Amino acid sequence: MTARDYDDVPGTYVLDSRHYRRGYHLNMFLMTLNKAECRDEFAADEAAYLAKFKITDEQKQAVLARDYLGMLKVGANVYYAFKLVSHDKKPPQVMYGKMSDPELSFDEFQQMMIGGGRPIDGNRSKSEQKESG
Amino acid sequence: MAKILAGMGTSHVPGVGAAMDNGKTDEPYWQPLFKGFEPLRAWHKDNVPDVNIIVFNDHATSYSLDGYSTFTIGVAEEFQPADEGWGPRKVPVVKGHPELAWHLVEQLMAEEFDMAVAGSLDVDHGLTVPLSIAYDQPDEWPAAVVPLCVNVIQHPLPTSARCLKLGQAIGRAIASFDQDISVGIWGTGGLSHQLGGERAGVVNPDFDKAFLDNLVNNPQANAALSHTDFIREAGCEGIEMIMWNVMRGALNENVKETYRFYHIPVSATAYGAIILENA
Repeated sequence: MTARDYDDVPGTYVLDSRHYRRGYHLNMFLMTLNKAECRDEFAADEAAYLAKFKITDEQKQAVLARDYLGMLKVGANVYYAFKLVSHDKKPPQVMYGKMSDPELSFDEFQQMMIGGGRPIDGNRSKSEQKESG
Repeated sequence: MAKILAGMGTSHVPGVGAAMDNGKTDEPYWQPLFKGFEPLRAWHKDNVPDVNIIVFNDHATSYSLDGYSTFTIGVAEEFQPADEGWGPRKVPVVKGHPELAWHLVEQLMAEEFDMAVAGSLDVDHGLTVPLSIAYDQPDEWPAAVVPLCVNVIQHPLPTSARCLKLGQAIGRAIASFDQDISVGIWGTGGLSHQLGGERAGVVNPDFDKAFLDNLVNNPQANAALSHTDFIREAGCEGIEMIMWNVMRGALNENVKETYRFYHIPVSATAYGAIILENA
């Protein structure tokens, strides 16, 4: 697959054609959680509901474990993943914190943002990130 | 003849709508933001157009991997607040303006912008949160809306330059509309933020300030930014800022900045708002 000039931006999962193809079925499952009847069905038996979609075991495990970073790595997009954290009636900062490296709790993520957010310096590229350690 | 009233840029963070819907605006976390809205809301109270063109993006709500057009105009009589996964927001139904919407479609197509037409569109926080920011909690929204949905999620996206040019064509289309109405145009989304990945929470106030300064006086500089410039400097989701170019393009070359507000954080986002009037 063609390399992109944003591939060296660290910790970033762009919904491009590569990501689209990897995550199509996973994201379309997440999309169904926009519907109340689907949320109910998912809540009643998560594994049984997931079995209705053509997703891989790895994708399924990531959803069941609420491994949000793992979900991104197997093709989820954050706007689609948003449906899952909302379904769990948790604020999105829970998900953002779980995706962060190192992982942050809700409070830690919230404090980082109140303190001005994650600094851009040192986070623009993989090489810049290494230099700043 | 229709006339442009003004342009507004604002972030559309869903948490702002949730804070209002759940009565949390006086909490210490939210208080500075809603305090900052006061002059903006006062301005809107004195400056209500007949219709606002709201440039926004759908967040995997009405559009998905199964079909997301680059530019979509909503031509319906009304638009329902969408269920985005937690039930629809309890805000008024959004009234459309089919005459202006269809005029825009026809004029923009004639200018080689290949617009998609939506006859039915449930609108998510990208459109309803800006309405709440501008108009607070009325029984009904004071102005009609033409929704203009831009794909800023699923790459390939329109370029930053293309968004400015679309805005310029919208400006011409408004000027040629034969009804004697006043039109606002809002660019929404941004400013810098990244929601997903190990870098979640990245914001960049220097980039945001330069973007806002250039939005006023040098919009071509913002139009020259590449997608990678936005992703790298403003975060993966900060690329929503290209929708502000559509708003800017519809205004005159010279504009007057009437209001600006910037606040970190709102959820994981650098919040920004601006009002620009034709000079």
